[in-house]
Amino acid sequence: MLFGVLATEAGLSVFETLSFSVVVIAGAAQFTALQLMGEQAPTLVVLASALAVNLRMAMYSASLTPHIGGAPLWQRAIAAYFTVDQSYAVSITKFEDTPDMTPREKIAYFFGTVTPVCPLWWVFTLVGALIGEAIPASFALDFAVPITFLAIIAPALRTRAHVGAASAAAILSLMFFTVPYNLGVLLAGIGGMMVGARLEQAAEAKA
Amino acid sequence: MIDRTELWIVIIGLGLGSFALRFAFTGLVGNRQLPAWLMRHLRYTAVGILPAIIAPAVLWPAAMGGNYDLPRISAALVTLALGLVWKNVVGAILGGIATLLALQYLLT
Repeated sequence: MLFGVLATEAGLSVFETLSFSVVVIAGAAQFTALQLMGEQAPTLVVLASALAVNLRMAMYSASLTPHIGGAPLWQRAIAAYFTVDQSYAVSITKFEDTPDMTPREKIAYFFGTVTPVCPLWWVFTLVGALIGEAIPASFALDFAVPITFLAIIAPALRTRAHVGAASAAAILSLMFFTVPYNLGVLLAGIGGMMVGARLEQAAEAKA
Repeated sequence: MIDRTELWIVIIGLGLGSFALRFAFTGLVGNRQLPAWLMRHLRYTAVGILPAIIAPAVLWPAAMGGNYDLPRISAALVTLALGLVWKNVVGAILGGIATLLALQYLLT
């Protein structure tokens, strides 16, 4: 819903906003693209940064493969479109808890997790877009994206490696602020990932 | 104002790209294992990229001409603290927005 409000504030029409949510169906990446387009970043940088945010989808895809990799191609293609944070998190927990599920049951379960999440995402984007058109532009909504991201990141800071990755990325991003074309965001993000991976390795070595 | 051509390039490009990322393994790789170092890095994509996007927006918001703004920084800190303690995304967002609006009202 927030995406709908913010997108119309940024000047998108209701149709453009809804298309965005149906085609991309990834909240964080959509917010990223919106924020960077608002900052007039070049199109390639917008795409690269938003896709970088979505790299975790590749990780989800990889970790779901042993479970639903045996399903027919068309089912896997549809499952891929619906691989989002929520459907992944719920499914993988279930699959790991009940290893005796058949592949058929697993793919059926996966689609079951999608039904409450994805249609609601579309509907609330539309609701948000309609509300957004009614909210005056003077309202301080420029800060809604940072607040949303902070609220998403905070609960994810489970280990020292996560905290280290996030802190390093934030500091690097401030240092790289003057790098042209908003490329600093990507560089800082990669730096943060490297710090996180290193800290995880160090923690494992100690344990 | 966001350019219309750019917008549609981004929507379609991002849609195709996201699908490719999601389909990469379930669809194409089958049951092969990814190298451990790659998985180790992919685990930190979200906590790496998202802070990098917002750090400058928190300290030097464009809406304030790039200047430090007390309501925005306070709102960011409140959101982060609520999220850490409470583990509730919606609650943290509402707390942050309430802080922002309250301070903006009090300071103007």
